[in-house]
Amino acid sequence: MTDLTRLTAAETARVVRDGEASAVDVAQAHLDRIAAVDERVHAFLHVDIEGALGAARAVDERRAAGDDLGPLAGVPLALKDVFTMAGVPTTCGSKILEGWRPPYDATVTRRLKDAGLVILGKTNMDEFAMGSSTENSAYGPTRNPWDLDRIPGGSGGGSSASLAAFMAPLAIGTDTGGSIRQPAAVTGTVGAKPTYGGVSRYGLVALASSLDQAGPCARNVLDAALLHEVIAGHDPFDSTSIDRPVPEVVAAARRGDVQGMRVGVVREFAGEGYQAGVQQRFTEAVELISSLGADVVEVSCPHFDYALAAYYLILPSECSSNLARFDAMRYGLRVGDDGTRSAEEVMSLTREAGFGDEVKRRIILGTYALSSGYYDAYYGQAQKVRTLITDDFTKAFETCDVLVSPTTPTTAFRIGERVDDPLAMYLADLCTIPSNLSGGAAMSVPCGLAPEDGLPVGLQVMAPALADDRMYRLAAAFEAAHTEAHGPILDGAPAL
Amino acid sequence: MAITRDEVAHLARLARLALRDDELDHFATQLDVILGAVARVAEVAADDIRPTSHSVPLTNVFRPDEVRPSLDPVASLAGAPAAEDGRFRVPRILEEEA
Repeated sequence: MTDLTRLTAAETARVVRDGEASAVDVAQAHLDRIAAVDERVHAFLHVDIEGALGAARAVDERRAAGDDLGPLAGVPLALKDVFTMAGVPTTCGSKILEGWRPPYDATVTRRLKDAGLVILGKTNMDEFAMGSSTENSAYGPTRNPWDLDRIPGGSGGGSSASLAAFMAPLAIGTDTGGSIRQPAAVTGTVGAKPTYGGVSRYGLVALASSLDQAGPCARNVLDAALLHEVIAGHDPFDSTSIDRPVPEVVAAARRGDVQGMRVGVVREFAGEGYQAGVQQRFTEAVELISSLGADVVEVSCPHFDYALAAYYLILPSECSSNLARFDAMRYGLRVGDDGTRSAEEVMSLTREAGFGDEVKRRIILGTYALSSGYYDAYYGQAQKVRTLITDDFTKAFETCDVLVSPTTPTTAFRIGERVDDPLAMYLADLCTIPSNLSGGAAMSVPCGLAPEDGLPVGLQVMAPALADDRMYRLAAAFEAAHTEAHGPILDGAPAL
Repeated sequence: MAITRDEVAHLARLARLALRDDELDHFATQLDVILGAVARVAEVAADDIRPTSHSVPLTNVFRPDEVRPSLDPVASLAGAPAAEDGRFRVPRILEEEA
């Protein structure tokens, strides 16, 4: 009998559609896998057994009734715990939301349900998506299935680990500075950040509203594209959602050739701080892309060197404002309300008790950067750098269809290694941040294992806003050629 | 020194965070390092560059002013730390009279 947890999402949907297995069987196989391995990986904060089996039964009933099932009906999915899901705990990895059950579905959640996807549960994350390792989760870190002593990336480490450990074939992440792409890179999986505004943010608990973008996570490029088309599209509930047709990413992923594509290698993303094995696999990836018929050139984006600095002013400024909603009055934790304290005192005590260190650091940093007297020197200047980075992209895309770089400077680091050094932690997002600042699309696809540690390396493909299809086209062609030469990357992962 | 312990205490009050003394020391040191690193944005941010607040150029988005379904009071209050008579119950918001 086929191991249902090893199928791709596209195969899973076909198996269900053709009646080779029921959606309930598929869901149960994944729930069994979670029960067997997640004690060690800790990808999930909540497993919704009843909900998942109920959704799977509904798909089986629709099939029995002769309904036309969509392209991903009956496929299990792991949902990052930053999306609201009616009646199901939603914590964002924070103590301040422990036990909270939202009264409504996020638009992404709603679209997944409508498409017949089976939501297995909510995945672990750095608190309010602030981090690159999931070590900032108030509920303990997620472990990388490749090496349980290492981080699975962050903030969406639960989603990436659930894929790499075959607990789910699909997952949803959010990417503010790399939180989909960096976890994908360090777990040997695929993750895409759509164009800003491509996927609704309604019901996505906000970190930095001008940067946040939800996107698909999968074990291969076509599956990511299929999920992309399920969740993307205009939503009147999100005023920043783009009212334009969704780029045809599935067709691009199926096309899978790069003949005549112009690919730019970003000169600034190399050198000091980049692990030798990451550089090596990236160089080989570029050679492979070139051998497939693409026209590869080097491009310079001089202001990308300032992206990290600008990001760590813009993001804290926006999040210090967004997180003001956690005021202990309407939902979530309330501490110290003994009848003698004022609302303001209760608010301060609750936020002190409910937020972790990284959240507090960023709130204070943002409050500082927005303060009168410092606003122009910090936030204002950072916004100008954002313009310079966007201009760098515009110039590069005049001569290139897509840009490529390593997704992260290093492979997965050890749990605990960077936790006391915020700046070292921030470096994990060095290559991914520019696309968030510009609003363009970007994704990570595996490009082999680093020779020195045997851990996955990610290739980042960046595309202009609203040209998400281009990155899928290149990533699919690269994935096909790389897999043909080396086999599927996850075949190299240790059995759990 | 870009930021002092007293400044962190002031910012924490503004942000409604009742930080402990040991946190003030810890954060002041870390924030000083972080601010030192991010201040380099000033190296390239010349006066004639326009700031970008948002990647998608948007003007106001309007919708018709129509009644549409929304959460009912029971669902709205379901997650409240305290509720009373169909309303959120909150600690006192005014100083007590002398």
